[in-house]
Amino acid sequence: MADDGREESLGTDDDSDQTGADGSLNNTMVEEGSTLMRRMEICVAEAEKRSGKNAVSMQETYTVYLIETRPMDAVAEGRNPAPDCLWRRYSEFELLRNYLIVTYPYIVVPPLPEKRAEFVWHKLSADNMDPDFVERRRVGLENFLLRVASHPVLSNDKILYYFLTEEHGWKEAVYETGFQAKADSRLRALSATFRVRNPDKCFMEMKHYSDELQSHTSQLLRARARVADRLYGVYKVHGNYGRVFSEWSAIEKEMGDGLQSAGHHMDAYAASIDDILEEEEHYADQLKEYLFYAEALRAVCRKHELTQFELEMASQDLISKKQQREELATGIVRTFSLKGMTNKLFGQEAPEQREARLKLLEDLIAEGEETVKEKTIERAEHVEKAWVDIQRFKEQKDKDLREALINYAVMQISMCKKGIQVWSNAKECFLKM
Amino acid sequence: MSISAPRGLASSGQKPITEILHPLSAAEEPLSPGPDVTVSGGRDKEVGLTNGTPVETPSPASASVLFNRLHLDDDLDPDTRDPYADTETHDLFVTVDDPKKHVSTMETYITYRVSTKTSRIEFDLPEYSVRRRYQDFDWLRTKLEDSQPTHLIPPLPEKFVMKGVVDRFSEEFVETRMKALDKFLKRIADHPVLSFNPHLNAFLSAKDLNKRQGLALLTKVGESVKSVAGGYKLRVRPPEFCALGEYLDTFNQKLGTIDRIAQRILKEQSEYLTELREYGTVYASWAGSEEELQRPLEGMAGCVTTCCGALEDMSENMSQDFLPVLREYILYIESMKNVLRKRDQSQAEYEGRLEAAVLRKQEDRTPIPAEVEKCQDKMECFNADLKADWERWQSNKRQDFKQLLTGMADKNVTYYEKCQAAWESLITVLQDKQTEDKTSCKSLWEIQQ
Repeated sequence: MADDGREESLGTDDDSDQTGADGSLNNTMVEEGSTLMRRMEICVAEAEKRSGKNAVSMQETYTVYLIETRPMDAVAEGRNPAPDCLWRRYSEFELLRNYLIVTYPYIVVPPLPEKRAEFVWHKLSADNMDPDFVERRRVGLENFLLRVASHPVLSNDKILYYFLTEEHGWKEAVYETGFQAKADSRLRALSATFRVRNPDKCFMEMKHYSDELQSHTSQLLRARARVADRLYGVYKVHGNYGRVFSEWSAIEKEMGDGLQSAGHHMDAYAASIDDILEEEEHYADQLKEYLFYAEALRAVCRKHELTQFELEMASQDLISKKQQREELATGIVRTFSLKGMTNKLFGQEAPEQREARLKLLEDLIAEGEETVKEKTIERAEHVEKAWVDIQRFKEQKDKDLREALINYAVMQISMCKKGIQVWSNAKECFLKM
Repeated sequence: MSISAPRGLASSGQKPITEILHPLSAAEEPLSPGPDVTVSGGRDKEVGLTNGTPVETPSPASASVLFNRLHLDDDLDPDTRDPYADTETHDLFVTVDDPKKHVSTMETYITYRVSTKTSRIEFDLPEYSVRRRYQDFDWLRTKLEDSQPTHLIPPLPEKFVMKGVVDRFSEEFVETRMKALDKFLKRIADHPVLSFNPHLNAFLSAKDLNKRQGLALLTKVGESVKSVAGGYKLRVRPPEFCALGEYLDTFNQKLGTIDRIAQRILKEQSEYLTELREYGTVYASWAGSEEELQRPLEGMAGCVTTCCGALEDMSENMSQDFLPVLREYILYIESMKNVLRKRDQSQAEYEGRLEAAVLRKQEDRTPIPAEVEKCQDKMECFNADLKADWERWQSNKRQDFKQLLTGMADKNVTYYEKCQAAWESLITVLQDKQTEDKTSCKSLWEIQQ
């Protein structure tokens, strides 16, 4: 349980710069000089298998993740209090994220690691229970929490805080916010096709960009997986040299020793690819994060379109109502209406009826004006806030991806060095033949 | 007669023609044998001294062996130079180069320039330059096989190529074939007996290789006369030749496996290359939609392309240099097996005749005919030559494979070095704008070291 007297705002610690337990570099996502209060150190420490009955009373196995939190000031002071911890499963993370994207439609909400393993090259397991997959997911979930908790807007959310501190009763709290209803309408809106007359040009460009980003990252992930597959094949076939050199050395006198040793190096070469490709998965995970981020970006742009559309609809509605009033007041029918037709056919209505109708229209117009005002504000607010977050996202993306590329290059260099080492060793053996 | 200590000659690794001093110039130095070259002699005189074949006493047997040998090789010129004369200095250098295409109405073919430099008196001139086509090399090989049946003749590259599958006139094919032909001639020129063969002389010096069909026919007849032993069956092969036979079989098998592995690697590398190219283009197309990341992504694409080039180079090298040599040795093993079979034949013939003669002697005291002795000499000659050639072959094989495999290792090292250089220079580009974020810069450099 969390300590009492804790303020609601959260922060993360710059430990994200350090290498994690598995030796991988965490993304530096916390900007220097951010305005977050560093209140809490967060990490997803472990993963465990559980069994239980699910919603339809069927036995299932699932994985839970241990979230540990510690007050930042204690860490800073050098005290090492035991962390508070609770267990969460993936579906709860999903719930949290869904709540966030509905509640903050102007924020590019950080994505979760993938639900199922995709873009796998054939030797990599696609099994959700595979320990490597679980480990990578643990890292991804931690990454998610750190990103959210360091976000200038999201980090202040209460539901997020409870997610990290209240193991039981959190779900109920989420549903109590009534976000579910908003979630449903959002989904409907996002998938609907509607024509917007004047969308903001910048947002349209950004939406186009998000499509590009999605397309390119997924292409890259696919291509990388294929490359990994082939590279695996090349390395493994060299293992056959190991065997044949060993067999050959048996019938040779002077050449025997050299051949035998060289064979061992070939075996080592073939075996080395497993670790190399395992490490490369980290790069793939970084790409995947931005593949999913692209979707989040697109959603924000779509939300803009939606607000713009609603404003346009409301304005349109108001205009047509005002026109109707005008017609009613002046008797001049400019637009075709059923009333107009019936009037012509059956004669004008009585003045009392006209008055009633006029009054109704006035009310509707007043409502309409309110609506237009609301929608205008909604749209403007969304544009303003979203644009700020989009800029933030852009900078973060550029930084993160550049770093990911550097990481990748470093891995490649390491692979080359290993290759040189093995083949130089083999050459030494050949020279001794 | 003057005989000096026999000297094994180093394997094909002669200096290029341009570097060889004229044999008559004062500064010529003798080629010294490498440390692991076994001293051997294809000369029967030394047979008893160096490789311990069952010859009782060196002097008388060797004289008769020499005499018989001259008789056995019927088409040898009687005044052929004494093969046991002193050839301390390496005095015959041949090179094959300069392929050219010839187009005539009947056919299209390639000729190669065969250049010779020599100080041997068997040759009229110190230098020759002739053009020969594959057919001519084939002719030479057949002639050598027929005239020197007890010796191992180096193999030629494959004669038949499937038209439509392999382009006989492509640069790579011609290059590979030329290297094999060069090796072929060098191995013969290195051989203490084969290099004195008059057919070789003709091949190297005659303007027009008059292939003299008539003589070819004669040779064929001569061959069949020699292999009258067809009816005899070998009972027991001496243990040393058994070991030889077994070795050849196993070695053949291993080489076959290595060939298959090498081919498989080339195939895998080619598929890897295809995917890698695609991978590079994805980075390039992504760069098009980015601003800040445009240069880094273009850099990635460029780097991947560089790696593709390096891989292509290595694969090409392996297919042009590595595989042909392997295949050559497989052919060499076949030749060796043939010689071994012929040796078995000559032993079978001798034993057969001896047995018959002994029986007859027991019956009616008929003395053992001279023929039987001839057979024995022939067999012993065969054994000696084969052993000598075997030793040379083993030592050459060791050199060749050492060279082949270190070459393979070198190519791989070069490939990785090229790739490493490309990635390292990319990191500089990528880190270009990272002056602000010093922390990640530092930690990454640390990892790199």
